[in-house]
Amino acid sequence: MDFIKPTIEYVELLPLFIVFGVAALGVVVEAFVARERRHVVQVSLAAAGVVGAFAATVVVGLDLDKTGSGRGLVGAEGSVVVDGPSVYLWGLILIFALGGVALFAERRLEAGVPAFAGQAAALPGSEGEREASTKGLAHTEVYPLVMFAVGGMMLFPASGDLLTMFVALEVLSLPLYLLCGLARRRRLLSQEAALKYFLLGAFSSGFFLYGVALVYGYAGSMSFGAIHTSVVNGSDNRTLLLLGIAMLSVGLLFKVGAVPFQAWTPDVYQGAPTAVTAFMSAATKIAAFGAILRLYYVAFGADRWDWQPMMWVIAILTMLVGAVLACVQTDVKRMLAYSSIAHTGFLLTGVLGVQAASELADSQITSLQAVLFYLTVYGFATVGAFAVVTLVRDANGEAPSFVRWTGLGKRSPVVAGVFSLFLLSMAGIPLTSGFIGKWAVFTVAMSSGAWPVVLVAIASSIIAVYFYVRYIRLMFFTDPDPDDEVASVTTPSLFTSVTIAVCAVVTVVLGVVPGPVLDLAAQVGDFIR
Amino acid sequence: MFVLETGLEVPVVAPESADGVLGLVWLVIALPLLGAAILLLGGRFTDKWGHWLGTAMPIGSFVVSLLMFLEIQGRDEEDRQVVKHLYDWIHVGGLRVDMDLLYDPLASLFLLLITGVGSLIHVYSIGYMEHDPRRRRFFGYLNLFVAAMLMLILSENYLGLFLGWEGVGLASYLLIGFWQHKHSAAQAAKKAFVINRVGDMGMATAIFLAFTLFGSTSFTVISARAGGASEAAMTAFGILLLVGACGKSAQVPLQAWLLDAMEGPTPVSALIHAATMVTAGVYLVVRSNFVFEYAPDAQTAVVVVAVVTILWGAAIGCAKDDIKKALAGSTMSQIGYMMLGAGLGTAGYAFAIFHLLTHGFFKANMFLGAGSVMHGMDDDVDMRHYGMLNKAMPVTFLTFAMGYLAIIGFPGFSGFWSKDKIIEVAIGQNLLVGACALVGAGVTAFYMTRLMLMTFFSEKRWQKDVHPHESPALMTVPLIVLAALSVLGGLLLAGNWIIHWLEPVVGPEEEHELPIPAIGITVITVLVVAVGVALAFALFQRQRVPDVAPTDVSFVTRAARNDLYGDAINEGLVVQPGRRLVAGLFVFDRSGADGAFMGGGAAVKALGGVLRKVQTGYVRSYALSVLVGVLVVAAAMLAVNL
Repeated sequence: MDFIKPTIEYVELLPLFIVFGVAALGVVVEAFVARERRHVVQVSLAAAGVVGAFAATVVVGLDLDKTGSGRGLVGAEGSVVVDGPSVYLWGLILIFALGGVALFAERRLEAGVPAFAGQAAALPGSEGEREASTKGLAHTEVYPLVMFAVGGMMLFPASGDLLTMFVALEVLSLPLYLLCGLARRRRLLSQEAALKYFLLGAFSSGFFLYGVALVYGYAGSMSFGAIHTSVVNGSDNRTLLLLGIAMLSVGLLFKVGAVPFQAWTPDVYQGAPTAVTAFMSAATKIAAFGAILRLYYVAFGADRWDWQPMMWVIAILTMLVGAVLACVQTDVKRMLAYSSIAHTGFLLTGVLGVQAASELADSQITSLQAVLFYLTVYGFATVGAFAVVTLVRDANGEAPSFVRWTGLGKRSPVVAGVFSLFLLSMAGIPLTSGFIGKWAVFTVAMSSGAWPVVLVAIASSIIAVYFYVRYIRLMFFTDPDPDDEVASVTTPSLFTSVTIAVCAVVTVVLGVVPGPVLDLAAQVGDFIR
Repeated sequence: MFVLETGLEVPVVAPESADGVLGLVWLVIALPLLGAAILLLGGRFTDKWGHWLGTAMPIGSFVVSLLMFLEIQGRDEEDRQVVKHLYDWIHVGGLRVDMDLLYDPLASLFLLLITGVGSLIHVYSIGYMEHDPRRRRFFGYLNLFVAAMLMLILSENYLGLFLGWEGVGLASYLLIGFWQHKHSAAQAAKKAFVINRVGDMGMATAIFLAFTLFGSTSFTVISARAGGASEAAMTAFGILLLVGACGKSAQVPLQAWLLDAMEGPTPVSALIHAATMVTAGVYLVVRSNFVFEYAPDAQTAVVVVAVVTILWGAAIGCAKDDIKKALAGSTMSQIGYMMLGAGLGTAGYAFAIFHLLTHGFFKANMFLGAGSVMHGMDDDVDMRHYGMLNKAMPVTFLTFAMGYLAIIGFPGFSGFWSKDKIIEVAIGQNLLVGACALVGAGVTAFYMTRLMLMTFFSEKRWQKDVHPHESPALMTVPLIVLAALSVLGGLLLAGNWIIHWLEPVVGPEEEHELPIPAIGITVITVLVVAVGVALAFALFQRQRVPDVAPTDVSFVTRAARNDLYGDAINEGLVVQPGRRLVAGLFVFDRSGADGAFMGGGAAVKALGGVLRKVQTGYVRSYALSVLVGVLVVAAAMLAVNL
């Protein structure tokens, strides 16, 4: 048997290589660099890797017109697709990865140690724990871990076949499971969250894999292009296809936290170190929605009459459950978690707005464009909001319960004001970016005829306004009960403050002049097969 | 102009580009916005001079508005609509929304009203809020409100209008709850906010519908294409706009928040809940005349809402002992008149706006007068504790009397001209509607006379240690100006000026046939008003008014005192079912989903003991929910293909 050497497009895949390379290098650093220098080396390495990969992404994006068939190429023997949407998502993921690395590197809030456990394996209150804290130990492994996760996230929406997609899913998930369990404070809560996330994630991955098998049974191929061809040509085994789509959906919808697969979200968002939650809530959602878009538009686009009704149901449930349950939360991280569930619903509303090119009016906004824009604005608002959560502390570390935040606007008007800005953007108040994002996804859903979903979406946004505004009221217009302990704002280092500032500025700018980014999202064109 | 088959002409919004003085239209919004930014962000540094800056900004806007008004006065009728393009707001694909400001005769009147009355109220507030430690913040919110209200009026598209709409809602929320230490104020603010969300949902849906129907939200585009849409679509559009208007303008069934909103400082009630914000709904209907002209059913709905509200508000006004709440009931009812005018189509638009302006004058006057009375009576609002204040507070009394004569429609005063015209048009179109409007006028005369007598005449019922005194000049001067406007506001109708002025926006006045000559209707109206006054006089001047409200009253009085059970209706139809739904989901969430994990800090303590149970028990239940989800998804996929 001849061995054929695979062709790898090194130039176009450079961003992925940089990220995975830096991740692997980080493991080596962990083994060979002295402990006291590791933190600096790891942070610089990770930051340099992310920035380098971002630069490479920009270069790839600019040259996309000259690549392959003119709008990108299907590389690495069909397993990775480098096209407009991939490049846009890569850029977005890398921006939030940089924000994540900055938040991970924050050491001033905990008086010189990071938010991660000194020795994850040591039981809280044990001898090992005491030893780790007296020595000031810290897990610098978080940086290679986050780089592996970023690599997986970049590969996820860019995968060209089901197997690559599954591998990417696992590569992005496993480091996240670990990161969730590494909180320095409230360790048991954190470890429990990690374990839950892992078990449920593994459970849903199983369904995804079963879906891969079923679809392979239908199409006789793993590649999205080939699956599309089979769907177009039709076949007798439609049950295989339908069940396959259903199983694949379970895996993906679990990752984005859609109802009824949302149960893990609040626990994990609450238990994980807040820096991890910030990174994960933005970047995972972006990657997973990228994958959803690719799978449904590229592989199953011709079969959308079959999956759209299912998506309608899921979107409606997700928006309502997210918005209603967010109203009854008393912990800010849980509230943001439920709000992120509601946002998943809004994004799904955008996803089901897909139409064939022939049905679109001239230069009408496409559902891809709307979803990409929404992901951008949502990412900035959520990273910013969670970053603010890390600042509000009392003697026991972060203080996420509502009581502690009462009257924060009087004590620290700037921080409370910025947090309100993020909340208003998530609520979709005009002149913040969230409004434009909602407007875009609702419009595409409306024009594809999904008006019942849009009505529910409007109703849920109105419910959502209630709990966001309630929180603003709590911070600005409520005086704390004198018997209650209240939290105050700790001054962070530049890492966190710059991250928050950038998120705030982007949130405002995208609300007032969203044109350039909307144009950019329009220019990414379409998926290629 | 687009000519309908019936020969009806619906004007089209076709503005020119703004130049010269009119190019400054952005300043009108920018000045108060800047004021709000400086006052709210500047912190304590601005405490000393903040109220002066806050007052200067709307005055500046007023000057610009006046200059622009004079500029378009000199222009030909067809050149009076101008648009100022600020920047491309959202430009992507088929979705084009610009930040454009539309300045036309309709907007010009509103600008003068908002900035003029607004400036007076700012001046008054300097005195009224003198002893409040948070006065600077109050002025910041007032400026924010003025900026948002002007944005609402000046926007050239529904989306920008919605931006202002939300802005005034926010400012109103902040101002109603300004005295947040009072529980009732915080509750009232929340109530206003929640009820307004219902209206906003109507607005938001209307905007989506507009975009779906016309591919745009711009008035220019929609007015040009409105003739091409089906009547059913236009009716839906009109009804949705009406829902929005009902929320903001406190029309039945979304009226319940206005009475509670009186918890805010009195200048707020005068500015927001009498003169400007609550009239935004009327503005919306008149501005969207190109929608309603193609949707006769929606117009009928407007008329029905208006008539019900006229009577509803008047009934409440009769039963309230709180002077501000009595005035609030009257505001509802008077806005009902404006809505009625707007619902009557081309025949009534101009009169709706006319009544809106005169009402802005006399109601702001009376609210500020009520504020002045409260100022002298140690913030007591119960009219049963007033009486014979005409001697103690002569300026307040005289200016209030001007407002009173205007609102009951005493011949010659501004309210006489504007209300009479609406009743006349109503009778011309439908006798029943006209009769209801007429009855409303009589009831108005009754409750306003009652208010007047209980406050300024009858006999002293002052509480102990209350020494009424006249308010400082900063408060009385605005009262005098507004009183003058209440008397002279009718001049706007001289030579049918306002009708001609608004013609480019709402179309020419439609001729209507009256069953009896117009002068006859006027006489009847005056007679009905006289009956109302006489009845009140007999009940409240001739008899003694008890200090404490009597409790053995008829069912009707009881109902009116309880706002005609508006709250109970809301409670039963909306609040209870909603609360039950949330409670149900909450229980499910607690027991089925996250057990002991509610409330971070406390949970950690309990964690040790609970953890083992939770770990084994709950992941399993999560997994079960995933499994159920799988079945749901698979079933949904297969069901489609059956």
